[in-house]
Amino acid sequence: MADIAIAPARRTAPLPGAVDRRIEKSAPLTRFVLRLPEESITAAGAALGLDFTAPINRAVTAGYRMALRLGPDEWLVLAPAADAAIPGALGAGLADRLFSLVDVSHRQTGIRLAGPHAGAMINALCPLDLGSAAFPVGMATRTIFAKADIVLWRTGIAEFHLEIWRSFAPYVVSLLHEIGREYPD
Amino acid sequence: MTQKYRLATGGLIDRRVTVPFTFDGKAMTGHAGDTLASALLANGVHLVGRSFKYHRPRGIVSAGAEEPNALVGVGRDEGHYTPNLRATQVELYHGLRAESQNRTPSLERDVGSITDRLWRFFPAGFYYKTFMWPKGAWTKFFEPRIRAIAGLGRSPAAPDAARYAQIYAHCDVLVIGAGPAGLSAALAAAETGARVILCDEQPQFGGALLAEPGQSAWLAEQRARLAGFANITMLPRTIAFGYFPHNMIGLAQDLTDHQGETSDDAPRGRLWQVRAKQVITATGAIERPLVFPDNDRPGIMLADAARTYVERYAVKPGNRAVVFTAHDDAYRAAVSLHEAGVTIAAIVDLRESPEGPCLDAARAAGLPIRTHATIIGTEGNLRVAAVSVATIGAANAERIACDLVLMSGGFTPSVHLFSQSRGKLAFDPALDAFIPGTPAEPTIAAGAASGCQSLEAAIASGRAAGLSATGQAVAAPVAETVAAGFLGEVPHGRDPASVRAFVDFQNDVTAKDITLALAEGFRSIEHVKRYTTTGMATDQGKTSNMNALGIVSKSLGVPIPSIGTTTFRMPYTPIPFGYFAGYARGDLFEPVRETPIHAWAAEQGAVFEDVSLWKRARYFPRGAETMHEAVARECAAVRAGVGLFDASTLGKIEITGPDAAEFLNRMYVNAWTKLKPGRLRYGILLREDGFIIDDGVVGRIADDRFHVTTTTGGAARVLNMMEDYLQTEFTDLKVWLTSTTEQYAVIAVQGPRAREVIAPLVEDADISAAAMPHMSVVECRVAGVPARLFRVSFTGELGFEINVPADYGRAVWEAIDQAGQTHGIVPYGTETMHVLRAEKGYIIVGQETDGTATPDDVGLTWAIGKAKPDFVGKRALARTALASQTDRKQLVGLLTADPAEVLEEGAHLVADPAQPIPMTMLGHVTSSYWSAALNRSIALAMVRNGRARIGETLHVPLPGRSVAVTLTDPVFYDPEGARLDG
Amino acid sequence: MLVISCPYCGDRPEIEFSYGGEAHVVRAPASVTDEEWTAFLYQRSNARGSYAERWRHAHGCGRFFNARRNTVTDFFEQTYKIGEAPA
Repeated sequence: MADIAIAPARRTAPLPGAVDRRIEKSAPLTRFVLRLPEESITAAGAALGLDFTAPINRAVTAGYRMALRLGPDEWLVLAPAADAAIPGALGAGLADRLFSLVDVSHRQTGIRLAGPHAGAMINALCPLDLGSAAFPVGMATRTIFAKADIVLWRTGIAEFHLEIWRSFAPYVVSLLHEIGREYPD
Repeated sequence: MTQKYRLATGGLIDRRVTVPFTFDGKAMTGHAGDTLASALLANGVHLVGRSFKYHRPRGIVSAGAEEPNALVGVGRDEGHYTPNLRATQVELYHGLRAESQNRTPSLERDVGSITDRLWRFFPAGFYYKTFMWPKGAWTKFFEPRIRAIAGLGRSPAAPDAARYAQIYAHCDVLVIGAGPAGLSAALAAAETGARVILCDEQPQFGGALLAEPGQSAWLAEQRARLAGFANITMLPRTIAFGYFPHNMIGLAQDLTDHQGETSDDAPRGRLWQVRAKQVITATGAIERPLVFPDNDRPGIMLADAARTYVERYAVKPGNRAVVFTAHDDAYRAAVSLHEAGVTIAAIVDLRESPEGPCLDAARAAGLPIRTHATIIGTEGNLRVAAVSVATIGAANAERIACDLVLMSGGFTPSVHLFSQSRGKLAFDPALDAFIPGTPAEPTIAAGAASGCQSLEAAIASGRAAGLSATGQAVAAPVAETVAAGFLGEVPHGRDPASVRAFVDFQNDVTAKDITLALAEGFRSIEHVKRYTTTGMATDQGKTSNMNALGIVSKSLGVPIPSIGTTTFRMPYTPIPFGYFAGYARGDLFEPVRETPIHAWAAEQGAVFEDVSLWKRARYFPRGAETMHEAVARECAAVRAGVGLFDASTLGKIEITGPDAAEFLNRMYVNAWTKLKPGRLRYGILLREDGFIIDDGVVGRIADDRFHVTTTTGGAARVLNMMEDYLQTEFTDLKVWLTSTTEQYAVIAVQGPRAREVIAPLVEDADISAAAMPHMSVVECRVAGVPARLFRVSFTGELGFEINVPADYGRAVWEAIDQAGQTHGIVPYGTETMHVLRAEKGYIIVGQETDGTATPDDVGLTWAIGKAKPDFVGKRALARTALASQTDRKQLVGLLTADPAEVLEEGAHLVADPAQPIPMTMLGHVTSSYWSAALNRSIALAMVRNGRARIGETLHVPLPGRSVAVTLTDPVFYDPEGARLDG
Repeated sequence: MLVISCPYCGDRPEIEFSYGGEAHVVRAPASVTDEEWTAFLYQRSNARGSYAERWRHAHGCGRFFNARRNTVTDFFEQTYKIGEAPA
């Protein structure tokens, strides 16, 4: 055992410094990659209070927990950093059922991009159709932004949440800032 | 100058705004609404360039994108300079600076024009025939000189200072071209609520109607209707340059180019990548020149272009014109010019007895018409001065003085984009032209681009296209009678060998060049094109292709549809590279990946190297240390004390599920079933062909959970490969894969004092040698942070690798660095890591291996789980062709005779350095370093049958000498491995 | 850039996908001769026209799937999930 006093460790976020005024760094989040075989979906939903039956590429929220269905059996579960109950709740709720839970809280970072030109700024380098019919509020998917893989979640008509692997985050944010120079607001 | 050719009234220019500009340094003025070409013509300037091959004086031929001659360089300085712009497309702006190209020292006196007098030495394919003697003179003497004379504009001397924007867009209907057909199409589609994008290369919508004052009311009405639709995105100044698969269209939108890029903050232009459910090409038609002797003098231009200069730009392109035509439309031009005050000296019509309302109008205006007549030659040096007109077949000609010649061979529909989309062209005999036939994509041609010639037909076809594109019923097309015109070389009765009638102005290809190619046996139009280079210039033969086809057709007596046409390719007009680079410049060219400890290393003065997209600290120089000195110091510190290394870039994959061990059994060569939780194993991954693709340490965290590491560069590749097998091959297994590469910062603490350094920081685990042997893993807390603590070594010393959540990486690193100060801890970089592992004979995949190495080749047979029924690569290793090979390259160590000699990596090994070239190569050096621990150089090599040669001497041939090396076991340091157990 | 219909996500742009080579190449290491295994490793039909091939929606749902694409026209005839029979 340690025989010296260990100071509480300091977190260093992957996005230091100022970013574009339309970009807000999200607070630290608890993040899990949750994989559920078909037979575990209902029980997992009950355990976390999230609707895992929602279709692929949709986000569901319940209270402060969010789940983005990124694949047929894959969810990105997001919650405030203080929410430490997810592994325990799933373990208890899925005692005899299969699931896979991997902590990726530090793997990626989140930003919120908002404003009337948020969609156009993303479309500068993301090839998806971000029209409100093709990409409505609540849609969430992995996709490409320039040379980075991102998760894009439309949280409002003119508001997006992006999840980016931490070492790609400065690249994505710098590009958005560069693109933002074309748009006055 | 004073714009003495500007008309007092009319046109779409704004006479209240005078716009100064310079051309070749000469100050002139134009008006808002001018192009550079119209402004030059307003100042009486026709001579704007010298031709590509013969340096002949050339003038403005057209009023649009098809311009072959008037290529200029534009820009206020080198950072904003663009060569080869068509003056007919450059909008005039205040202070525009343009220069002519391909002339020395000036347009009027060009030394390169010597080639014009020597033209008989430069026939089609001349470089295959002449300048061939003496041997070698072509490449050393003739070619460099000819290349210096030939050519287009010059490259700018400074990097492009402009910014470029990009965007992806989607729509239901993309309408390309905003002439009468395109406007009608866009409005018809928009009425259904469809998402419509309407683009046009011009600053204003209207297309050909911009030169039709009589239609201005209709045009204004359509524009007003457009503005009422929120679902139409209007993109003026936007060229559709490329038609890509699945209805993706590339558009280049001019944002500030037309203002002279006044601010580098605002992008010069934007690349649009538009995905359209339906595309409507309403791209108009291009008038064909007539091919007659000396048809390329300045002052000879297309009839419709001349009319456009009069009607749209209020410019009189000359004072006395001869009109040469095979199509009624030129009569409209003649009347327009006549009304603008140009004397029409003659209208020369190739046709025997043309009739129609256009002719009636010309007759009514009293214009002199000569039918069944032709132009057999022209005069004038820097400007046309006269033409010789003769009745077809007659010997005597009439000389008519003029300063302007209008020509019209009829109109060619612009099928470039349709052709790019791989749609099949159909030959329309009534038009003598190709029109869009069977489409390959959801695309519809409308207006003149589909063969319409009347305004009514164009509007109706545009509306029909818009309705059809949105799935609505379509009325029957408007019937009209179209006129073809003339293709090929006009009859002139002169010796074909002594005249030059230009077909392709931009590449200086004459009718004679094409007949020569045919005489030499070329038949395919694709071969004729390549041999003569007709249609191969930057304009892709917009004005020349059909005339070339006409010549081939007449010479061979084969109808045009049987000859076929050449393939149009993107771009429709040249697009600056900056549009394609977009934002990907400088620091934003690609992601620069930094680890959580990067900032600390940078603060310590580390020197970084690129490893895939990552920046990794290579070494940490102190004071004025060289890399050699720093690495020697870092190596010594790790061997004698303790070192600290950032291994965060290693790929990491969490493998979970009840069948995780079995999945690893099938993927890696090793056996995993018996690996207990809490233990590590070095794993080797093969491709299905039996060759090593990756390696890494794998830890069993729990029965159903493994922590797999991969090489830095292999992380994404390995995860993709594992997903491939899991999803498509081993579908019976309950396993899930998650990338955790960036979840953890990985801090390696290596050296005999490693345990002493970290022990005070570790909670919840016993890391004593007895409790935590080499190759084990424990979940605990380090510096107050939850960690996966690996006892593992890539240095041969006692070592730990501490995985902590990435946000805590720097804090834990600093805590360890602090705790290590009393033990003399030093940070070390990748270079020291390489030396230390090479001293131990540990391979690096991609350095010792090159995609053709088996486990046995690199001495790793011991790792293979021999009892396993299957793993990826197992069957391939058993193939006789591989298993029976006896001279495969094997990993060995090398010691140079001179211990100070450090070999070059990649150097070859031979048995006999005196053997004449080509020598028998036995192997190559894969790694080579100075070893501080051994106080000499060491190297690893892959050598044929190398293990059996240990003890032998081979040689590394170098320029002027060779180096003798002794083959050894690849483990140079602590071969017993005792230090690992410290 | 092609449009590819992911059986899970629908129409998506090509750059989200990675190519996986010919589909329905059977891996049966236990029961093949050397020649058959060599063919498995190195020989593909490379059809002109309709071609069965594998794609992965790498920057999307991550799933591998099969497709039939006409190699002359570049148009897809169909896409279908792993384990499903082509239509």
